[in-house]
Amino acid sequence: MASHAIEVKNLYKIFGPNGRDFVDAVKKGMGKAELNEEHGHVLGLQDINISMPAGGVMVVMGLSGSGKSTLIRHINRLIDPTAGEVLYDGVDVCKMSDNDLREFRRHKTAMVFQKFALLPHRTVLDNTVYGLEIQGIERKESEKRARGWIERVGLKGFENHFPNQLSGGMQQRVGLARALTNDADILLMDEAYSALDPLIRVDMQTVLLDLQKELKKTVVFITHDLDEALRLGDKIAILRDGRVVQQGTGQEIVLSPADDYITAFVKEVNRGRVINVETIMRPLSGNAEGVPLVTGTVLESAARTMTAARVGIAHVVDENGRPIGALDLSTVIAAMVTPVSHEDRAAA
Amino acid sequence: MASICSVLPAMLCKFPAIDESTIRLARKAVDDSFKGFVRSYGNAIDTVVQPLQWFLNYLESLFVTSPWIVILALMVAIVYFGSRNINVTIGTALSMIAIGLVGLWNDTMVTLAMVTVCTLISILIGIPIGILMARSDRVQAFVNPILDVMQTMPSFVYLIPVVMIFGIGKVPGLIAVVIYAVPPMIRLTNLGIRLVDKEVLEAADAFGSSTWQKLKNVQMPLALPTIMAGINQTIMMSLAMVVVASMIGVGGLGKNVLQAIANQFFTVGFLNGFALVGIAIIFDRTSQAFGKRLQKHSEVIHG
Repeated sequence: MASHAIEVKNLYKIFGPNGRDFVDAVKKGMGKAELNEEHGHVLGLQDINISMPAGGVMVVMGLSGSGKSTLIRHINRLIDPTAGEVLYDGVDVCKMSDNDLREFRRHKTAMVFQKFALLPHRTVLDNTVYGLEIQGIERKESEKRARGWIERVGLKGFENHFPNQLSGGMQQRVGLARALTNDADILLMDEAYSALDPLIRVDMQTVLLDLQKELKKTVVFITHDLDEALRLGDKIAILRDGRVVQQGTGQEIVLSPADDYITAFVKEVNRGRVINVETIMRPLSGNAEGVPLVTGTVLESAARTMTAARVGIAHVVDENGRPIGALDLSTVIAAMVTPVSHEDRAAA
Repeated sequence: MASICSVLPAMLCKFPAIDESTIRLARKAVDDSFKGFVRSYGNAIDTVVQPLQWFLNYLESLFVTSPWIVILALMVAIVYFGSRNINVTIGTALSMIAIGLVGLWNDTMVTLAMVTVCTLISILIGIPIGILMARSDRVQAFVNPILDVMQTMPSFVYLIPVVMIFGIGKVPGLIAVVIYAVPPMIRLTNLGIRLVDKEVLEAADAFGSSTWQKLKNVQMPLALPTIMAGINQTIMMSLAMVVVASMIGVGGLGKNVLQAIANQFFTVGFLNGFALVGIAIIFDRTSQAFGKRLQKHSEVIHG
């Protein structure tokens, strides 16, 4: 399936009766506190510019109140922006007519919610066909497709259960199956896994990554958990007070955090699972020595391979097996430890 | 206290009511214009409500002329399949037999027909108005005070215009009962829809539901327990009101109660009263058990 990128441009959202009147003031530098205290309006998002990669997972990360859930609701316009554009396929979602918007939501987007938002009076199967039912697809056909996805997310045998007969993790699988059955390009996941237990969360992350390998949908994933963001995201944007503080790949954010706020976050991250060998390798001088490591290997598994082979040196090879660099065990370990500079910045 | 009046101006001591002749004129003007309205439109209104009369007569004669055993079997079947509760079913059979034994079967059938029609009409009117109210705060602000008036105005008062327009008979009785019984239907439909989980509604929106699809798939099913409570209340209020409506020509148990009051027939009064209580309990238990059964999916909670 051909996927398309989503472009968010100069997006502003100011909650309140006359939000539009304050856009210029906010552009000129009025802060969130001033807007709230003096004008009674709440600044939701300011000057958001994100290009979400087609067929990739875009993670938007931030703490509660950072505006991340507001942002994802602009993509299918559950919330109308105060100013700015959300472009999909060159069309501004914010300017669509009611009818176009409904068609866009039916065929191009599917959404998974933090609190599942399943229909309590419908069985798993009836919940899963919901999107297709709304589109007016024949029951037999939609049921067939729904059963396929129910099986894929591991709920075979639970088709006739009601949502509250299921655990949280299982309910969210229903939510995921419901979204996937829609067969839409864009998958919007609003803190989809935040309400789940840590182990089940990792489990569901794996489900998503496995599915994404073959589906290549444009996924927008909202989370407040940096580990989750680093595990899932091809690209990550970090939001604070309605503003993007940094965006880039997981490695970029971990290796060069933009400010103290992000440094504080990144400090706790397991760097061994984020940083790749090619990031820290030095140019190859002479022959390739030690064990070969393919590019894209994370430091943790590099260290594991090297210790298992009882060697202190390794070389990095590209996909074709051609050596492109070298590294030793102490470099690997040094890169896995949080740098002192980060500790200082976080402590300061 | 009269001594205070000696120091106060008369104006502040005795309330300065508008003088009587002015009030009399105003009253006469209002009464005359209403009578004029009845004279010119009375026939038209009668024609409009004629189908109600037919439906009421048809149902009443159906209930009264059918052999009692058929009616009893039908009631027991409806109660059983509605409630799936053997106790309620046995209770229904026993109380209906008791009613028949004391010779109130026919009167009970008349009342039953009346209550059935009143409830159906109340549902038919109440649910759409409740939906409109839930959709718009402005409609709610407009309808709510009207409902307050309908519920607190003594029923005898609005019997006056009803009798002036329709005269005496079943249809005016029906209208009086519906006015009294429809407010809970409207209120609880409105409340039920407004209480539907915002997140589920958002999900319905996110999948591109139209307004009608949202109403049909999400709002009505999730509001159903509250709506069922409204139906239950409406039935109870209809039953209470049929007695009052007997003053304007509705037959059945209410008429007997009215006669018992007029003649101080202690036993007759209580027998008819208990017959009303009997059918009220049958309706109540059945509709509640039915409502609960509709909510089966919410009973099993994962541990």
